[in-house]
Amino acid sequence: MPILPDSNLSKSNLPPLSLYIPEPPARPGEEVSFAHVDRGEPGAVRRPDSAETEKEMRDLPYKLIRVLDDDGNAVGPWNPMLGADTLIKGLRAMMLSRVFDDRLFRAHRQGKTSFYMKSTGEEAISAAQSLALDKGDMFFPTYRALAWLHARNYPLTTLCNQIFSNAEDPLAGKQLPILMSARDYDFYSISGNLGVRFAHAVGWGMASAYKGGRKISLGYVGDGTTADGDFHEAMTFAGVFKAPTILCITNNQWAISSFAGFAQAEQTPFAAKALAYGMPGLKVDGNDFLAVWGATQWAAERARTNNGPTLIEFYTYRAEGHSTSDDPTKYRPKDEASKWPLGDPVERLKDHLIGLGEWDEERHAALVEELKEKVRVAVKEAEKIGTLGQSKPPIDEMFEDVFEEMDWRLKEQKRELLHRRGLEGKKG
Amino acid sequence: MNMIQALNSALDVKMGQDEDVLVFGEDVGYFGGVFRVTEKLQEKHGLQRCFDAPLTEGGIIGAAIGMGAYGLRPVPEIQFADYILPAYDQLVSEAARLRYRSNGEFWAPITVRTPYGGGIFGGQTHSQSPEAIFAHVTGLKVVIPSNPYDAKGLLISSIECDDPVVFLEPKRLYNGPFYGRPDEELKTWANSDHVGADVPEGHYEVPLGRAAIVREGTEATVLAYGTMVHVAEAGILDSGVDAELIDLRSIVPLDIDAITASVRKTGRCIILHEASRYAGFGGELSALVQERCFDYLRAPIARVCGYDMPYPHAFEWDYFPGPVRLSEALKSAVEYR
Repeated sequence: MPILPDSNLSKSNLPPLSLYIPEPPARPGEEVSFAHVDRGEPGAVRRPDSAETEKEMRDLPYKLIRVLDDDGNAVGPWNPMLGADTLIKGLRAMMLSRVFDDRLFRAHRQGKTSFYMKSTGEEAISAAQSLALDKGDMFFPTYRALAWLHARNYPLTTLCNQIFSNAEDPLAGKQLPILMSARDYDFYSISGNLGVRFAHAVGWGMASAYKGGRKISLGYVGDGTTADGDFHEAMTFAGVFKAPTILCITNNQWAISSFAGFAQAEQTPFAAKALAYGMPGLKVDGNDFLAVWGATQWAAERARTNNGPTLIEFYTYRAEGHSTSDDPTKYRPKDEASKWPLGDPVERLKDHLIGLGEWDEERHAALVEELKEKVRVAVKEAEKIGTLGQSKPPIDEMFEDVFEEMDWRLKEQKRELLHRRGLEGKKG
Repeated sequence: MNMIQALNSALDVKMGQDEDVLVFGEDVGYFGGVFRVTEKLQEKHGLQRCFDAPLTEGGIIGAAIGMGAYGLRPVPEIQFADYILPAYDQLVSEAARLRYRSNGEFWAPITVRTPYGGGIFGGQTHSQSPEAIFAHVTGLKVVIPSNPYDAKGLLISSIECDDPVVFLEPKRLYNGPFYGRPDEELKTWANSDHVGADVPEGHYEVPLGRAAIVREGTEATVLAYGTMVHVAEAGILDSGVDAELIDLRSIVPLDIDAITASVRKTGRCIILHEASRYAGFGGELSALVQERCFDYLRAPIARVCGYDMPYPHAFEWDYFPGPVRLSEALKSAVEYR
């Protein structure tokens, strides 16, 4: 159909329409601007009773819940009042996650694995939630949440085996590096496609409620994925059936090269999306271990007492590239991460512990060394089994678990492959 | 029982036996489903066992997968197979692969029931036969009954199966067999003496992956499923060819042995389906038969299918591959050379 000239003369006194395309505040070479970030005041957001009705809590998503102030003091009603032992455990998990990320990112550059994704700057979120929730509560993670496993002491060598797809890979070489599954650690199988597992978290929570259980579920999406229809579907189900679920958006400001404005962050906080689905929404400083813990505890209490789901936006910053395949200096200022107004989660918890007199620089430095050594040993052990292409799981595994039992096609195809391998073996 | 009652009975039996079986979908609860398949299940088994869902196919299947991962056996319904596509990502990327990608740690024992197929003036979005787009997905099972007895037994087997099953119900056959002749007076299942019209009350299974030989014959093999099984019966009688008719019942897993044995015996193979032809499941069947029965074939394998277009409304009976088209194909096959 031809496009007709605009001949609507009666509207000629209006300026012509113009298409709005969001743009981030700064591009490479430009000065970093976080003028749009409202840090609020630590301790200033009220903490209602967790059984409060959604209607009474509509102010919450618009303010940032923070516990740690700039001097490292824990202030306000969301302080979970954790003991020093727990805080050190959390600090250790975050530090381990970071050390592990650095080491395995290098392993990728050395050709030992095909792919890696760091969680740098976001460690507080899944580390705190891993420790705050109970054994048996199920976590539906994204690919940027390995701190959950580190907080629960998942064996590092096994994790490396998965990343190297070697003979002892717990997923038998079937899955991309770090798209883990660890049922014994309440860590649901990750897949490459985004958003779809948000509804699985809701369904899992509904099942727990249906069975009269006591377990709750925890689901993640990133800021970019909130644009996906799956987000809406899961939120609708969660709201309608009051699923005992904590649904989280880790808003790290970036979806690969697209800033959060492309998921509609310019007009309204992600947390406020909760209101349309009839559940409370919390916006939480994601770099504040105590605030993450406090908010999670509150939402968990709400879920466990049949008061339904909560949406939590964890406000944070993706300090490194999206993955080993990404170069963030191509689309954002090089020094943006260092200027993030909510700082670094590890440094902030460390300062808090030092302020409490429970930690010091020497112990911190010693722990860094200890964790580096631990990771070094784990990587070495996994390397001994084999890195990418040097060692593989048994070939039979390739045909297993498509179905509970192999059908005739898979049996035939397996026979064919084994036959060919046998012939090749003879030639060699 | 008609097919609706047989399916209802299968759900009732499984819900009675296993409290992990629950049923949900659009309008399936209080109302009992737009086709009455879930009638009275809520009243009998309780609000939490059979309930209405928000109008979101992706949400329905997504939630079902999560429930399956917990340990339940959900039987979600998609109101029409035409509307299963919003859930395609959930079925393909998640349900079908969960077991594989987690190396057996998690799986999705869900059975997705959905009415499919044409012949009811359903137009473009109440008539489609999307079996091929599921057959191509590794990790999904695809089941299609053609009579009340099989419908109940296959549904029970599907619910008991730990793999995800897409269970396609030929809505044209819900109330009675249909031979592809719209002008003919229709029979209900009750007043037909058709095989499969008698349905036992309690628990029984029809195994997945096993075809049924509906009619034995020597001159050609007709492969069909769903509504087309009945169309094939009519077409075979019209043609005067002594054809063997195989109702595949499940297309994943496929009963390859039954197919191979029959074609090796008859030397001719005609494939019949409602779905459009190009890249339809008939293409796979044809390739399998050619690979396994090459030395036995006396005529080219023929496919009688819907045309390669969206399902048209006014031209229903021109589009629908009826007995006349099958009969012609059979005659051509026996006259070949």
